[in-house]
Amino acid sequence: MRDNPVLRTCAKILFAPIIVFGLYVQFHGDYSPGGGFQAGVIIAAAFILHALIFGLEAGRRLVPQWLNLALLAAGVLLYGGVGVAGMSMGGLYLDYNVLLPDPSAGQHVGIILVEFGVGLTVTAVMLALFHAFAGFNPERFGDETSDEADHSRGGS
Amino acid sequence: MIDPVSIITDSWNYLIVICLMMGGLFIVISQNNLVKKLVGLAIFQTSVFLFYITVGKMAGGTAPILLDSADVAYSNPLPHVLILTAIVVGVATTALGLALVLRIHAAFGSIEDDEVLTIKAEAALPRVTRAASETDSEARS
Amino acid sequence: MSVFVTNLLLLLFLVFLLVLVIMTRRLFAVVVLAGAYSLVSAAMFVNLDAVDVAFTEAAVGAGISTVLFLATMAYLPGREKVLPPSGRIGNAMAAGIICVFAGALLVAAAVELPAVGDPNAPAHVHVAPRYLAESDSFLHIPNVVTTVLASYRGFDTLGETVVVFTAGLGVLVLLSGFTRTRRAAQDRAGVKEDSDA
Repeated sequence: MRDNPVLRTCAKILFAPIIVFGLYVQFHGDYSPGGGFQAGVIIAAAFILHALIFGLEAGRRLVPQWLNLALLAAGVLLYGGVGVAGMSMGGLYLDYNVLLPDPSAGQHVGIILVEFGVGLTVTAVMLALFHAFAGFNPERFGDETSDEADHSRGGS
Repeated sequence: MIDPVSIITDSWNYLIVICLMMGGLFIVISQNNLVKKLVGLAIFQTSVFLFYITVGKMAGGTAPILLDSADVAYSNPLPHVLILTAIVVGVATTALGLALVLRIHAAFGSIEDDEVLTIKAEAALPRVTRAASETDSEARS
Repeated sequence: MSVFVTNLLLLLFLVFLLVLVIMTRRLFAVVVLAGAYSLVSAAMFVNLDAVDVAFTEAAVGAGISTVLFLATMAYLPGREKVLPPSGRIGNAMAAGIICVFAGALLVAAAVELPAVGDPNAPAHVHVAPRYLAESDSFLHIPNVVTTVLASYRGFDTLGETVVVFTAGLGVLVLLSGFTRTRRAAQDRAGVKEDSDA
Protein backbone atom coordinates (compact mmCIF):
# COMPACT_ATOMS: atom_id res chain seq x y z
CA MET A 1 0.00 0.00 0.00
CA ARG A 2 2.99 2.30 0.27
CA ASP A 3 2.97 2.74 -3.51
CA ASN A 4 -0.40 4.45 -3.51
CA PRO A 5 0.31 8.21 -3.23
CA VAL A 6 -3.11 9.06 -1.77
CA LEU A 7 -2.82 6.54 1.08
CA ARG A 8 0.80 7.43 1.77
CA THR A 9 0.12 11.17 1.94
CA CYS A 10 -2.99 10.79 4.06
CA ALA A 11 -1.20 8.51 6.52
CA LYS A 12 1.66 10.97 6.86
CA ILE A 13 -0.67 13.93 7.35
CA LEU A 14 -3.01 12.17 9.79
CA PHE A 15 -0.41 10.53 12.02
CA ALA A 16 0.39 13.54 14.24
CA PRO A 17 -3.17 14.95 14.59
CA ILE A 18 -4.45 11.53 15.71
CA ILE A 19 -1.82 11.41 18.45
CA VAL A 20 -2.59 14.98 19.49
CA PHE A 21 -6.30 14.11 19.65
CA GLY A 22 -5.47 11.05 21.72
CA LEU A 23 -3.49 13.15 24.18
CA TYR A 24 -6.36 15.65 24.33
CA VAL A 25 -8.81 12.87 25.18
CA GLN A 26 -6.39 11.52 27.79
CA PHE A 27 -5.77 14.69 29.73
CA HIS A 28 -9.15 16.32 29.16
CA GLY A 29 -10.89 13.27 30.57
CA ASP A 30 -11.67 15.22 33.70
CA TYR A 31 -13.82 17.78 31.88
CA SER A 32 -15.35 15.90 28.94
CA PRO A 33 -15.92 12.26 28.00
CA GLY A 34 -12.58 10.56 27.78
CA GLY A 35 -9.92 9.05 29.94
CA GLY A 36 -7.24 6.42 29.74
CA PHE A 37 -8.92 3.65 27.75
CA GLN A 38 -10.27 5.74 24.91
CA ALA A 39 -7.00 7.69 24.60
CA GLY A 40 -4.94 4.50 24.59
CA VAL A 41 -6.98 3.06 21.74
CA ILE A 42 -6.82 6.30 19.72
CA ILE A 43 -3.03 6.62 20.02
CA ALA A 44 -2.60 2.94 19.16
CA ALA A 45 -4.80 3.54 16.09
CA ALA A 46 -2.29 6.12 14.84
CA PHE A 47 0.56 3.60 15.01
CA ILE A 48 -1.61 0.86 13.51
CA LEU A 49 -2.46 3.16 10.58
CA HIS A 50 1.24 3.77 10.02
CA ALA A 51 2.00 0.04 10.12
CA LEU A 52 -0.89 -0.75 7.74
CA ILE A 53 0.25 1.73 5.08
CA PHE A 54 4.03 1.49 5.31
CA GLY A 55 4.42 -2.18 6.26
CA LEU A 56 4.90 -4.14 9.44
CA GLU A 57 8.71 -3.80 9.46
CA ALA A 58 8.46 -0.01 9.22
CA GLY A 59 5.94 -0.06 12.07
CA ARG A 60 8.30 -2.25 14.12
CA ARG A 61 11.19 0.14 13.51
CA LEU A 62 9.05 2.98 14.87
CA VAL A 63 8.12 1.09 18.06
CA PRO A 64 10.58 -1.80 18.66
CA GLN A 65 9.53 -4.92 20.53
CA TRP A 66 11.46 -4.03 23.68
CA LEU A 67 9.87 -0.56 23.84
CA ASN A 68 6.42 -2.08 23.43
CA LEU A 69 6.95 -4.48 26.31
CA ALA A 70 8.49 -1.76 28.48
CA LEU A 71 5.48 0.55 27.97
CA LEU A 72 3.18 -2.37 28.71
CA ALA A 73 4.73 -2.87 32.12
CA ALA A 74 5.34 0.83 32.80
CA GLY A 75 1.63 1.65 32.79
CA VAL A 76 0.76 -0.97 35.40
CA LEU A 77 3.83 0.00 37.44
CA LEU A 78 2.77 3.66 37.38
CA TYR A 79 -0.68 2.75 38.66
CA GLY A 80 0.69 0.56 41.42
CA GLY A 81 3.39 3.12 42.16
CA VAL A 82 0.79 5.82 42.85
CA GLY A 83 -0.79 3.46 45.37
CA VAL A 84 2.55 2.76 47.04
CA ALA A 85 3.31 6.50 47.10
CA GLY A 86 0.05 7.01 48.96
CA MET A 87 1.14 4.40 51.49
CA SER A 88 4.58 5.95 51.91
CA MET A 89 3.03 9.32 52.71
CA GLY A 90 1.02 7.88 55.56
CA GLY A 91 -2.28 6.91 53.97
CA LEU A 92 -3.74 3.64 52.75
CA TYR A 93 -2.97 1.99 49.40
CA LEU A 94 -4.31 4.13 46.52
CA ASP A 95 -5.29 6.92 48.92
CA TYR A 96 -4.93 10.14 46.92
CA ASN A 97 -5.79 12.52 49.76
CA VAL A 98 -2.27 12.34 51.23
CA LEU A 99 -0.30 12.86 48.01
CA LEU A 100 -0.31 16.66 48.32
CA PRO A 101 -0.96 18.98 51.31
CA ASP A 102 -4.38 19.94 49.90
CA PRO A 103 -6.57 16.78 49.71
CA SER A 104 -8.58 17.81 46.66
CA ALA A 105 -5.39 18.77 44.78
CA GLY A 106 -3.95 15.41 45.80
CA GLN A 107 -7.02 13.69 44.36
CA HIS A 108 -6.60 15.63 41.12
CA VAL A 109 -2.94 14.61 40.78
CA GLY A 110 -3.71 11.02 41.69
CA ILE A 111 -6.48 10.76 39.10
CA ILE A 112 -4.34 12.25 36.31
CA LEU A 113 -1.37 9.96 37.04
CA VAL A 114 -3.50 6.87 37.32
CA GLU A 115 -5.34 7.58 34.06
CA PHE A 116 -2.00 8.16 32.33
CA GLY A 117 -0.80 4.76 33.52
CA VAL A 118 -3.95 3.16 32.15
CA GLY A 119 -3.48 4.96 28.83
CA LEU A 120 0.14 3.75 28.53
CA THR A 121 -0.79 0.14 29.13
CA VAL A 122 -3.77 0.18 26.77
CA THR A 123 -1.71 1.78 23.96
CA ALA A 124 1.06 -0.75 24.33
CA VAL A 125 -1.34 -3.71 24.52
CA MET A 126 -3.36 -2.72 21.45
CA LEU A 127 -0.18 -2.19 19.44
CA ALA A 128 1.32 -5.48 20.64
CA LEU A 129 -1.92 -7.31 19.78
CA PHE A 130 -1.92 -5.85 16.27
CA HIS A 131 1.70 -6.82 15.62
CA ALA A 132 1.20 -10.30 17.06
CA PHE A 133 -1.84 -10.97 14.85
CA ALA A 134 -0.56 -9.33 11.68
CA GLY A 135 2.92 -10.82 11.99
CA PHE A 136 1.69 -14.33 12.75
CA ASN A 137 3.46 -17.02 10.75
CA PRO A 138 1.58 -20.34 10.78
CA GLU A 139 4.60 -22.32 9.60
CA ARG A 140 6.47 -21.60 12.82
CA PHE A 141 3.85 -23.47 14.81
CA GLY A 142 2.71 -26.18 12.44
CA ASP A 143 5.52 -28.62 13.20
CA GLU A 144 5.54 -28.87 16.97
CA THR A 145 1.81 -29.16 17.66
CA SER A 146 0.44 -31.00 14.65
CA ASP A 147 2.45 -34.19 14.99
CA GLU A 148 -0.73 -36.11 15.67
CA ALA A 149 -2.62 -34.53 12.82
CA ASP A 150 0.12 -35.31 10.30
CA HIS A 151 0.50 -38.88 11.45
CA SER A 152 -3.24 -39.48 11.54
CA ARG A 153 -3.71 -38.27 7.99
CA GLY A 154 -1.30 -41.00 6.89
CA GLY A 155 1.40 -38.63 5.66
CA SER A 156 5.02 -37.86 6.62
CA MET B 1 -46.99 -10.70 35.62
CA ILE B 2 -50.29 -9.31 36.82
CA ASP B 3 -50.58 -6.31 34.49
CA PRO B 4 -49.26 -7.07 30.98
CA VAL B 5 -49.77 -3.47 29.78
CA SER B 6 -47.48 -2.07 32.47
CA ILE B 7 -44.92 -4.75 31.65
CA ILE B 8 -44.81 -3.57 28.06
CA THR B 9 -44.73 0.17 28.82
CA ASP B 10 -42.30 -0.01 31.73
CA SER B 11 -39.93 -2.74 30.67
CA TRP B 12 -40.03 -3.09 26.88
CA ASN B 13 -36.35 -2.01 26.76
CA TYR B 14 -35.42 -4.94 28.96
CA LEU B 15 -37.46 -7.40 26.89
CA ILE B 16 -35.84 -6.48 23.57
CA VAL B 17 -32.37 -6.52 25.11
CA ILE B 18 -33.06 -9.99 26.56
CA CYS B 19 -33.96 -11.12 23.04
CA LEU B 20 -30.60 -9.79 21.84
CA MET B 21 -28.82 -11.62 24.65
CA MET B 22 -30.53 -14.88 23.81
CA GLY B 23 -29.69 -14.40 20.14
CA GLY B 24 -26.01 -14.07 21.00
CA LEU B 25 -26.21 -17.15 23.24
CA PHE B 26 -27.91 -19.04 20.39
CA ILE B 27 -25.00 -18.22 18.07
CA VAL B 28 -22.46 -19.38 20.67
CA ILE B 29 -24.19 -22.71 21.26
CA SER B 30 -25.46 -23.67 17.83
CA GLN B 31 -22.74 -22.56 15.40
CA ASN B 32 -19.83 -24.91 14.77
CA ASN B 33 -17.45 -22.36 13.28
CA LEU B 34 -15.11 -21.01 15.97
CA VAL B 35 -14.96 -17.47 14.58
CA LYS B 36 -18.75 -17.26 14.50
CA LYS B 37 -18.84 -18.47 18.10
CA LEU B 38 -16.52 -15.63 19.09
CA VAL B 39 -18.68 -13.12 17.20
CA GLY B 40 -21.74 -14.47 19.02
CA LEU B 41 -19.92 -14.08 22.34
CA ALA B 42 -19.08 -10.45 21.51
CA ILE B 43 -22.74 -9.79 20.60
CA PHE B 44 -23.86 -11.40 23.88
CA GLN B 45 -21.46 -9.22 25.88
CA THR B 46 -22.60 -6.02 24.16
CA SER B 47 -26.24 -6.88 24.84
CA VAL B 48 -25.47 -7.41 28.54
CA PHE B 49 -23.85 -3.96 28.57
CA LEU B 50 -27.02 -2.50 27.03
CA PHE B 51 -29.11 -4.11 29.77
CA TYR B 52 -26.88 -2.72 32.49
CA ILE B 53 -26.80 0.81 31.11
CA THR B 54 -30.59 0.75 30.76
CA VAL B 55 -30.76 0.16 34.52
CA GLY B 56 -28.75 3.33 35.09
CA LYS B 57 -30.84 5.61 32.90
CA MET B 58 -32.87 8.27 34.67
CA ALA B 59 -35.90 9.74 32.92
CA GLY B 60 -35.28 13.40 32.07
CA GLY B 61 -31.64 13.07 33.06
CA THR B 62 -28.51 13.95 31.15
CA ALA B 63 -24.99 12.58 30.87
CA PRO B 64 -23.17 12.54 34.24
CA ILE B 65 -20.87 15.45 33.42
CA LEU B 66 -21.58 18.22 35.87
CA LEU B 67 -22.98 21.42 34.40
CA ASP B 68 -22.87 24.83 36.05
CA SER B 69 -26.63 25.18 36.53
CA ALA B 70 -28.17 23.57 39.58
CA ASP B 71 -31.28 21.41 39.72
CA VAL B 72 -30.28 19.13 36.81
CA ALA B 73 -30.94 15.40 37.00
CA TYR B 74 -27.96 13.24 36.07
CA SER B 75 -28.07 9.63 34.99
CA ASN B 76 -26.41 7.20 37.38
CA PRO B 77 -22.62 7.15 36.76
CA LEU B 78 -21.93 3.88 38.55
CA PRO B 79 -23.16 1.46 35.84
CA HIS B 80 -21.15 3.46 33.29
CA VAL B 81 -17.96 2.83 35.22
CA LEU B 82 -18.63 -0.89 35.62
CA ILE B 83 -19.44 -1.28 31.93
CA LEU B 84 -16.29 0.64 30.91
CA THR B 85 -14.28 -2.00 32.74
CA ALA B 86 -16.37 -4.77 31.23
CA ILE B 87 -15.88 -3.51 27.64
CA VAL B 88 -12.10 -3.52 27.96
CA VAL B 89 -12.07 -6.94 29.62
CA GLY B 90 -14.34 -8.16 26.81
CA VAL B 91 -11.92 -7.13 24.11
CA ALA B 92 -9.08 -8.75 26.05
CA THR B 93 -11.04 -12.02 26.11
CA THR B 94 -11.84 -11.73 22.40
CA ALA B 95 -8.16 -11.18 21.57
CA LEU B 96 -7.13 -14.27 23.52
CA GLY B 97 -9.90 -16.29 21.93
CA LEU B 98 -8.78 -15.26 18.43
CA ALA B 99 -5.18 -16.15 19.24
CA LEU B 100 -6.36 -19.60 20.32
CA VAL B 101 -8.37 -19.97 17.07
CA LEU B 102 -5.25 -19.17 15.05
CA ARG B 103 -3.22 -21.79 16.92
CA ILE B 104 -6.00 -24.37 16.55
CA HIS B 105 -6.06 -23.73 12.81
CA ALA B 106 -2.27 -24.09 12.63
CA ALA B 107 -2.41 -27.36 14.54
CA PHE B 108 -5.50 -29.03 13.05
CA GLY B 109 -6.07 -27.31 9.73
CA SER B 110 -9.71 -26.52 10.46
CA ILE B 111 -11.79 -24.16 12.57
CA GLU B 112 -15.00 -26.20 12.59
CA ASP B 113 -15.80 -27.62 16.00
CA ASP B 114 -16.80 -31.12 14.84
CA GLU B 115 -13.83 -31.52 12.46
CA VAL B 116 -11.34 -30.58 15.18
CA LEU B 117 -12.87 -33.10 17.58
CA THR B 118 -12.78 -35.81 14.89
CA ILE B 119 -9.11 -35.18 14.13
CA LYS B 120 -8.26 -35.25 17.81
CA ALA B 121 -10.17 -38.51 18.33
CA GLU B 122 -8.48 -40.15 15.35
CA ALA B 123 -5.03 -39.20 16.60
CA ALA B 124 -5.65 -40.17 20.22
CA LEU B 125 -4.68 -43.84 20.33
CA PRO B 126 -1.50 -44.02 18.21
CA ARG B 127 -0.16 -40.82 19.84
CA VAL B 128 0.42 -42.49 23.22
CA THR B 129 2.63 -45.28 21.89
CA ARG B 130 4.44 -42.97 19.45
CA ALA B 131 5.21 -40.34 22.12
CA ALA B 132 6.52 -43.07 24.46
CA SER B 133 8.94 -44.39 21.82
CA GLU B 134 10.08 -40.81 21.01
CA THR B 135 10.94 -40.01 24.64
CA ASP B 136 12.73 -43.36 25.03
CA SER B 137 14.97 -42.66 22.04
CA GLU B 138 15.62 -39.09 23.24
CA ALA B 139 16.60 -40.29 26.74
CA ARG B 140 19.01 -42.84 25.30
CA SER B 141 20.72 -40.33 22.96
CA MET C 1 -41.80 10.83 22.32
CA SER C 2 -38.86 11.19 19.93
CA VAL C 3 -36.59 9.55 22.51
CA PHE C 4 -38.95 6.61 22.67
CA VAL C 5 -39.03 6.26 18.88
CA THR C 6 -35.22 6.53 18.63
CA ASN C 7 -34.76 3.87 21.31
CA LEU C 8 -37.21 1.54 19.60
CA LEU C 9 -35.69 1.99 16.14
CA LEU C 10 -32.13 1.44 17.36
CA LEU C 11 -33.08 -1.70 19.28
CA LEU C 12 -34.98 -3.11 16.31
CA PHE C 13 -32.00 -2.38 14.06
CA LEU C 14 -29.85 -4.37 16.50
CA VAL C 15 -32.26 -7.31 16.30
CA PHE C 16 -32.08 -7.11 12.48
CA LEU C 17 -28.26 -7.18 12.54
CA LEU C 18 -28.35 -10.17 14.88
CA VAL C 19 -30.58 -12.12 12.50
CA LEU C 20 -28.22 -11.27 9.63
CA VAL C 21 -25.23 -12.56 11.61
CA ILE C 22 -27.00 -15.87 12.21
CA MET C 23 -27.90 -16.30 8.54
CA THR C 24 -24.66 -15.17 6.84
CA ARG C 25 -22.15 -17.81 5.75
CA ARG C 26 -19.22 -15.68 4.62
CA LEU C 27 -17.05 -14.97 7.66
CA PHE C 28 -15.79 -11.61 6.38
CA ALA C 29 -19.37 -10.33 6.22
CA VAL C 30 -20.07 -11.72 9.70
CA VAL C 31 -17.10 -9.82 11.14
CA VAL C 32 -18.15 -6.56 9.49
CA LEU C 33 -21.71 -7.06 10.77
CA ALA C 34 -20.32 -7.50 14.28
CA GLY C 35 -18.56 -4.16 13.91
CA ALA C 36 -21.81 -2.58 12.75
CA TYR C 37 -23.58 -4.08 15.79
CA SER C 38 -21.01 -2.45 18.08
CA LEU C 39 -21.43 0.93 16.38
CA VAL C 40 -25.24 0.88 16.59
CA SER C 41 -25.07 -0.11 20.26
CA ALA C 42 -22.68 2.83 20.79
CA ALA C 43 -25.42 5.05 19.36
CA MET C 44 -27.85 3.37 21.78
CA PHE C 45 -25.49 4.14 24.65
CA VAL C 46 -25.49 7.83 23.71
CA ASN C 47 -29.28 7.70 23.77
CA LEU C 48 -29.12 6.29 27.29
CA ASP C 49 -26.86 9.20 28.44
CA ALA C 50 -23.77 6.99 28.71
CA VAL C 51 -21.36 9.07 26.62
CA ASP C 52 -18.12 7.66 28.09
CA VAL C 53 -19.35 4.14 27.49
CA ALA C 54 -20.36 5.01 23.91
CA PHE C 55 -16.90 6.46 23.26
CA THR C 56 -15.22 3.33 24.59
CA GLU C 57 -17.56 0.95 22.79
CA ALA C 58 -17.05 2.72 19.47
CA ALA C 59 -13.27 2.82 19.88
CA VAL C 60 -12.75 -0.62 21.39
CA GLY C 61 -15.68 -2.68 20.13
CA ALA C 62 -16.08 -1.31 16.64
CA GLY C 63 -12.42 -0.36 16.22
CA ILE C 64 -9.92 -2.69 17.84
CA SER C 65 -12.15 -5.75 17.95
CA THR C 66 -12.94 -5.55 14.24
CA VAL C 67 -9.24 -4.99 13.42
CA LEU C 68 -8.28 -8.10 15.38
CA PHE C 69 -11.01 -10.18 13.76
CA LEU C 70 -9.96 -9.06 10.27
CA ALA C 71 -6.29 -9.69 11.05
CA THR C 72 -7.27 -13.23 12.07
CA MET C 73 -9.41 -13.77 8.97
CA ALA C 74 -6.30 -13.35 6.80
CA TYR C 75 -5.16 -16.83 7.85
CA LEU C 76 -8.50 -18.63 8.04
CA PRO C 77 -10.91 -20.05 5.43
CA GLY C 78 -13.46 -17.49 4.31
CA ARG C 79 -16.68 -19.48 4.53
CA GLU C 80 -18.16 -21.57 7.27
CA LYS C 81 -18.79 -25.21 6.51
CA VAL C 82 -22.47 -25.90 5.79
CA LEU C 83 -23.81 -28.91 7.68
CA PRO C 84 -26.52 -31.12 6.17
CA PRO C 85 -30.02 -29.90 7.14
CA SER C 86 -30.41 -32.61 9.80
CA GLY C 87 -27.28 -31.44 11.59
CA ARG C 88 -28.29 -27.81 11.36
CA ILE C 89 -31.79 -28.40 12.71
CA GLY C 90 -30.44 -30.56 15.55
CA ASN C 91 -27.97 -27.84 16.59
CA ALA C 92 -30.59 -25.12 16.29
CA MET C 93 -33.19 -27.04 18.29
CA ALA C 94 -30.83 -27.80 21.19
CA ALA C 95 -29.61 -24.20 21.29
CA GLY C 96 -33.16 -22.90 20.88
CA ILE C 97 -34.47 -24.85 23.87
CA ILE C 98 -31.67 -23.60 26.10
CA CYS C 99 -32.13 -20.01 24.91
CA VAL C 100 -35.92 -20.05 25.37
CA PHE C 101 -35.55 -21.46 28.87
CA ALA C 102 -32.86 -18.95 29.89
CA GLY C 103 -34.76 -16.13 28.23
CA ALA C 104 -37.94 -17.00 30.12
CA LEU C 105 -36.06 -16.92 33.42
CA LEU C 106 -34.51 -13.54 32.54
CA VAL C 107 -37.86 -12.07 31.51
CA ALA C 108 -39.47 -13.29 34.73
CA ALA C 109 -36.75 -11.46 36.65
CA ALA C 110 -36.71 -8.35 34.46
CA VAL C 111 -40.40 -7.56 34.89
CA GLU C 112 -39.80 -7.29 38.64
CA LEU C 113 -37.26 -4.51 38.10
CA PRO C 114 -38.37 -0.89 38.56
CA ALA C 115 -39.57 0.88 35.43
CA VAL C 116 -36.85 2.18 33.09
CA GLY C 117 -35.91 5.70 34.19
CA ASP C 118 -37.66 5.66 37.55
CA PRO C 119 -35.84 8.26 39.71
CA ASN C 120 -36.67 6.39 42.93
CA ALA C 121 -35.20 3.07 41.83
CA PRO C 122 -32.77 1.60 44.39
CA ALA C 123 -29.92 1.94 41.90
CA HIS C 124 -30.23 5.73 41.95
CA VAL C 125 -30.50 6.40 45.69
CA HIS C 126 -27.61 4.35 47.09
CA VAL C 127 -24.13 5.84 46.50
CA ALA C 128 -24.68 7.70 43.21
CA PRO C 129 -26.01 10.94 44.80
CA ARG C 130 -22.96 11.06 47.07
CA TYR C 131 -20.56 10.60 44.12
CA LEU C 132 -22.34 13.33 42.15
CA ALA C 133 -22.36 15.74 45.10
CA GLU C 134 -18.76 15.15 46.18
CA SER C 135 -17.39 15.44 42.64
CA ASP C 136 -18.73 18.98 42.68
CA SER C 137 -18.03 20.11 46.24
CA PHE C 138 -14.80 18.29 47.15
CA LEU C 139 -13.06 17.19 43.95
CA HIS C 140 -14.17 20.01 41.57
CA ILE C 141 -13.95 17.59 38.62
CA PRO C 142 -16.93 17.76 36.21
CA ASN C 143 -16.68 14.27 34.68
CA VAL C 144 -18.16 12.09 37.41
CA VAL C 145 -17.45 8.87 35.50
CA THR C 146 -13.71 9.64 35.60
CA THR C 147 -13.75 10.41 39.31
CA VAL C 148 -15.67 7.24 40.12
CA LEU C 149 -13.40 5.19 37.82
CA ALA C 150 -10.09 6.52 39.11
CA SER C 151 -10.83 7.50 42.68
CA TYR C 152 -13.93 5.97 44.23
CA ARG C 153 -13.54 2.63 42.42
CA GLY C 154 -9.79 2.79 41.86
CA PHE C 155 -9.18 -0.82 42.84
CA ASP C 156 -11.47 -2.09 40.10
CA THR C 157 -9.55 -0.04 37.53
CA LEU C 158 -6.26 -1.41 38.83
CA GLY C 159 -7.59 -4.92 38.36
CA GLU C 160 -8.80 -4.08 34.88
CA THR C 161 -5.42 -2.65 33.86
CA VAL C 162 -3.75 -5.84 35.04
CA VAL C 163 -6.29 -7.88 33.05
CA VAL C 164 -5.45 -5.94 29.87
CA PHE C 165 -1.74 -6.43 30.60
CA THR C 166 -2.25 -10.18 31.11
CA ALA C 167 -4.23 -10.50 27.89
CA GLY C 168 -1.42 -8.79 25.99
CA LEU C 169 1.10 -11.16 27.55
CA GLY C 170 -1.08 -14.15 26.77
CA VAL C 171 -1.45 -13.24 23.10
CA LEU C 172 2.30 -12.59 22.83
CA VAL C 173 3.02 -16.04 24.28
CA LEU C 174 0.48 -17.72 22.00
CA LEU C 175 1.31 -15.98 18.73
CA SER C 176 4.85 -14.63 18.95
CA GLY C 177 6.27 -17.74 20.51
CA PHE C 178 7.88 -16.61 23.72
CA THR C 179 7.69 -20.17 25.04
CA ARG C 180 10.44 -22.49 26.19
CA THR C 181 9.26 -25.46 24.10
CA ARG C 182 9.41 -23.51 20.84
CA ARG C 183 12.89 -22.20 21.62
CA ALA C 184 14.04 -25.71 22.57
CA ALA C 185 12.62 -27.09 19.32
CA GLN C 186 14.40 -24.40 17.34
CA ASP C 187 17.69 -25.03 19.16
CA ARG C 188 17.34 -28.69 18.41
CA ALA C 189 16.69 -28.00 14.75
CA GLY C 190 19.59 -25.56 14.72
CA VAL C 191 17.47 -22.66 13.51
CA LYS C 192 18.67 -19.22 14.49
CA GLU C 193 15.79 -17.44 16.19
CA ASP C 194 14.99 -14.07 14.69
CA SER C 195 14.14 -11.76 17.53
CA ASP C 196 11.77 -9.74 15.35
CA ALA C 197 8.25 -10.96 16.03
